Amino acid sequence: MADVISYREAVAEGIAREMRRDPTVVCLGEDIGEAGGVFKTTVGLREEFGAGRVWDTPISEQAIVGAAMGAAMTGMRPVAEIMFSDFLACCWDYLANEIPKVRYMTGGQVTVPLVVRTANGGGLGFGAQHSQATENWAFTVPGLKIAAPATPADVIGMMAAAIRSDDPVVFFEHKGLLATKGAPPPPDHVVELGRAAVVREGADVTLVALASMVPVALKAAELLAGEGIEAEVVDLRCLVPLDMSTVLASLGRTSRLVTVEENPYQGGWGATVVSVVADEGFALLDAPVRRVAGECVPLPFADALEEEVIPTVDKVVAAVRGLAAY
Amino acid sequence: MDPAELLAAYEQMAVIRRTEKAAHDLFLQGLVKGTTHLAAGQEAVAVGASAALRPDDYVFATYRGHHHAMARGATPQECLAELMSRATGLCKAKGGSMHLTKASTGMLGSYAIVGAHLPMAAGAAWSAKLRGTEQIAVAFFGDGATNIGAFHEALNLAAVWKLPVLFVCENNLYMEYTPIADVTAVPRPAADRAPAYGVPGEVVDGNDVVAVEDAVARLARRARAGDGPALLEAQTYRHFGHSRADPATYRPAEEVERWLKHDPLDLARGRLVEMGVPEAVVAEADERATSLVQKAVEAAKAGPEPDPREALTDVWADGGAAWRT
Repeated sequence: MADVISYREAVAEGIAREMRRDPTVVCLGEDIGEAGGVFKTTVGLREEFGAGRVWDTPISEQAIVGAAMGAAMTGMRPVAEIMFSDFLACCWDYLANEIPKVRYMTGGQVTVPLVVRTANGGGLGFGAQHSQATENWAFTVPGLKIAAPATPADVIGMMAAAIRSDDPVVFFEHKGLLATKGAPPPPDHVVELGRAAVVREGADVTLVALASMVPVALKAAELLAGEGIEAEVVDLRCLVPLDMSTVLASLGRTSRLVTVEENPYQGGWGATVVSVVADEGFALLDAPVRRVAGECVPLPFADALEEEVIPTVDKVVAAVRGLAAY
Repeated sequence: MDPAELLAAYEQMAVIRRTEKAAHDLFLQGLVKGTTHLAAGQEAVAVGASAALRPDDYVFATYRGHHHAMARGATPQECLAELMSRATGLCKAKGGSMHLTKASTGMLGSYAIVGAHLPMAAGAAWSAKLRGTEQIAVAFFGDGATNIGAFHEALNLAAVWKLPVLFVCENNLYMEYTPIADVTAVPRPAADRAPAYGVPGEVVDGNDVVAVEDAVARLARRARAGDGPALLEAQTYRHFGHSRADPATYRPAEEVERWLKHDPLDLARGRLVEMGVPEAVVAEADERATSLVQKAVEAAKAGPEPDPREALTDVWADGGAAWRT
């Protein structure tokens, strides 16, 4: 294997590793076969596993996710692709009403071991209907696990955990990270869902970030270090299970909290993180909490406008500086 | 169906009819909360189809699904216990009337978002095809579901993937309170749509259990042989209103009278007599059904309430509900 692997290649590699070890893993989605996916995240799967395990679908998001659900209930482990996470709205019934509820409302009679993969987030100039960070949509629904890796190694390790999970997992692949590269993980690399990673240690402030906001937070931490502020950066990796233990432990060391979220401030995941901290970690804090989150507008098209809406390194740095006075 | 098979089907329909009547009465007594959507009058669709299926086939139904649960082996007692919020209910009182499910016999759920289960049935059929088991999946749905997107997406996917799935529409002429003919431009809301997807669409008398069994058996053979999906529109009529205590006054008296004379139990009884089955034998089946349901009502009532702690179980496959560390 090469010395480096891109996030994009890691998606296909992560799926392929599971398809090799488990014949019940099958893929379905629009353009995922011969075309290798519109983001080239399924390149090579059709060649290696054949049309019997990698199925092109019509543009029918309800049929894609509904069929994945029916297959998952009857012995398969389907991996369904929804091309852009904005399109989750087209099959939202399945993610809000069917998949997360069926185990509960049948008193535990069925399990739904499926993965819904989707390209999430902005920064690529796709405009309002192909750019939204929608992880907070899924976060409103009890019964869904939510993964959003930030590095190629995590893509592979979390894909393994997601596909092996007996629970449904929504797997957000960030469009802005697809070209990023990192070291390929060893064989059988599995990152348990619900384990956050402290990706930079620091004693002054905790930055909690997810997916594409992890490199933003790390860059901000570098700049802040030049000013004598040492930021600890926590990559949440998953929203459900939400690793509050790691966040609270970090706050025990830093006593200051800033969340860095691409989803809108209004209803963003940071609000839940902050509310748990307020409930259970208030005594740990020496300063108010700050949320650096997306502006509460649809994603605009032009770069200059998009940068105004999505959190940037400068916005994170400014938020942290504002806490230094405490 | 031979006389013994038809007698068994008759008795099953008689049990369902009495269970639905009991559910209605228990609702009016305040023992069933929320709502119920009763299937009295539509028994022959469930029982006829079930008679044509293999035990390992998959069935998906709607919120009007008591008859499908019972046709696939759920007992009146466990259904009524579920309706009465008892821990002994089919879904441990977590589902209620609209979500009766018996996964152990392939009855994979009753879904209350109209049309949502049609893609699921296609997916279960896809799974059977991938595993090479020659199982089929059946989605039962109402006429109202033929105007929702999931119906059309499911038919198309099933056709292009040649899936072993049957779409069985129970056309009872009303989508809730509105005549289906008022909101659909074609006279047969399901069967007239099927050809657009390359799916054969047939119409059957949904109150004739023998005709339903014949049609489903034929379409199931075809699906198992790899010839793809089919749609069956079963014309039927509900004896009660849409839900709860709906008196269904929007239905013309003449229409109601005509359909009540075309009752699935009467039709089956007539066929049994024609076959030479003594009326006393049929009457015994009726008595057994009455007795079974009476006992089921009492046993279901006697079941315990669920332990409140049960509310925080069964979200995840590990049995728990933890969403954070």
